[in-house]
Amino acid sequence: MHNERSGFLTLMLTVGLAFLYIPMVLLVIYSFNYSKLVPVWGGWSTRWYKVLFESPEVWEAVRLSLQIAFINATFATMLGALAGLAMVRFGKFRGRTLFGGMLVAPLVMPEVITGLSLLIFFISLKELIGWPLERGFTTITIAHITFSLAYVAVIVQARLTGMGVSLEEAAADLGAKPFKVMSSITLPRLAPGLLSGWLLAFCLSLDDLVIASFVTGPGSTTLPILIFSRIRLGLRPDINALATIIIIFVAILVAIAAYIMLRQQRRELIDQQMAARGDV
Amino acid sequence: MVNVKTSSGSDALTDTKEISKDKPLLEIRGVSKKFGDFIAVNNVDLDIYQGELFCLLGGSGCGKTTLLRMLAGFEKPSSGQILIDSQDMSEVPPYKRPTNMMFQNYALFPHMTVEKNIAFGLEQDGLAKAEISDKIDSILKLVELQDYKKRRPQQLSGGQRQRVALARALVKQPKLLLLDEPLGALDKKLREQTQFELMNIQDKVGVTFVVVTHDQEEAMTLSTRIAVMDRGRFIQTGTPTEIYEYPRDRFVADFIGSANILDGKVVSNLEGIIKVSTYLGKFSFKSNSNISKGSNLYVGLRPEKISISRTSSKSTNITGYIDDIGYFGNTSRYKVRLDNDQIIDVTAQNQKRPKDEKDRLTYEDKVQLSWDNSSAMLLLK
Repeated sequence: MHNERSGFLTLMLTVGLAFLYIPMVLLVIYSFNYSKLVPVWGGWSTRWYKVLFESPEVWEAVRLSLQIAFINATFATMLGALAGLAMVRFGKFRGRTLFGGMLVAPLVMPEVITGLSLLIFFISLKELIGWPLERGFTTITIAHITFSLAYVAVIVQARLTGMGVSLEEAAADLGAKPFKVMSSITLPRLAPGLLSGWLLAFCLSLDDLVIASFVTGPGSTTLPILIFSRIRLGLRPDINALATIIIIFVAILVAIAAYIMLRQQRRELIDQQMAARGDV
Repeated sequence: MVNVKTSSGSDALTDTKEISKDKPLLEIRGVSKKFGDFIAVNNVDLDIYQGELFCLLGGSGCGKTTLLRMLAGFEKPSSGQILIDSQDMSEVPPYKRPTNMMFQNYALFPHMTVEKNIAFGLEQDGLAKAEISDKIDSILKLVELQDYKKRRPQQLSGGQRQRVALARALVKQPKLLLLDEPLGALDKKLREQTQFELMNIQDKVGVTFVVVTHDQEEAMTLSTRIAVMDRGRFIQTGTPTEIYEYPRDRFVADFIGSANILDGKVVSNLEGIIKVSTYLGKFSFKSNSNISKGSNLYVGLRPEKISISRTSSKSTNITGYIDDIGYFGNTSRYKVRLDNDQIIDVTAQNQKRPKDEKDRLTYEDKVQLSWDNSSAMLLLK
């Protein structure tokens, strides 16, 4: 065993981590800056957190963003799962290749183009059928679903392919009708994929600035739009405070995920040990 | 290991088991399966009777698994008919067939306990809870896993999983149990032990088994009858003894066990006796085949049917020199070089422990080979 860490590797690790995290550390530090001017250090203070908590438009934006993200994730997961199932389990149907290609197209399409085309679509729809009257919550949600579902479909496809068909065949062989096979075997086995698809769709929606900017209307300001518009008027210390809160929130989620994974690994190890005692 | 059933003195197993020959349980009539241009199964006919343990034996890609999947209903025949108990299965989906399958990698539901796995099939039939739990108890007793009800498949060893899979398929009391490489995922020692368990269980429950395997030893030990498959066709169908002792052609002779294959020419074919000449002399066979004089065919001679010794005797057929030795402990395999540079494989039991180095046959020893001409096999192709 090579126990001593080589100096070069340690250096590379330090540089790499510094590159990734120094900006964020700086942001956290500056969120506690008393000074009104971001680059000027004016001593420690929680002043900007107070300002942040007292500004209703920030919380309105957070609420809107979370709402859109939640609805988007739910619909994108349902539609994406159906699309993934069609691709992997329906055999060869007419137009399958075309469908598959169109399904992943949003992944590679530049966001500005997606945003622009959706905007044009909503405008002409309004002319044709008079809906949607106003752009905002509904149009942003629809726009997010259109690109998030592609990600979910890819995850579901990968998971279904990895699962293979033998469990489903076994269930059918034991007398389960197609609907029962789906509900008792396919869906439970697919659940981890659906959960990660849902989370990814949720994050994509929370994160999106470009597409939302195209299809939003007056009065509907999502969190990324709010942050970006404020930054345009100059760096503001209360935004630093908001960003710090988001970083802490994400860090807690990552820690929980890591803990769950660790517990899962331990359980698998115990399973393996139980299994190994079997053949005597 | 030619035929364990007879060698273990329990040939009663084949005799007492009542295999009724009047009405086949499974009838396969001219079944073919094409995938695009590829013909996986080519116009196959077969009858399987109640109580049989039938093996489909062949290398990978020979169509055996495709045929099994057609019996289960996962694939539809491109042409032909499959009847179970005289009922046409063409339009019957897998979940309505009186068959159950044990999958190659068992396909146990990983999100359910052993108990739930076995209950799954019974629940689909709408049985009462009490009945289900009784059935689970008795089937788990049969496979000796009573104490493992609450475990999940991941917490079981390979052998235990295999038994759960068997229990899950058997508990529905199918007319036909289909087994896809049932022992393929087990290691050698466990496989040998499980072969006998599987036979005992089949004997107890009396369900007809159709087993797919690529392992000829497994097929020989397990089955009442074997169909040897190659490129989508049945090459030969028969009992293990028939297939081993009277293979039809080179492929079967070589696939089941091993054989020295000699080029031969028909010298005469008169009154049901075919005489064939080879470089090891003349052989005669009883056969009503109408092969004409002068045509080429092959004669097979199994390595264990040839005896090898240093001392010559009246029965000696030919002399040669030991070219190579494979020592397996219980037996040894010799490659004996003849004067015409042909190599003959010989297998000998190591009945006595050699007293010293001189007692043991070794490289370049001059040896006498002898055999009984009636052990030779006539191979048509």
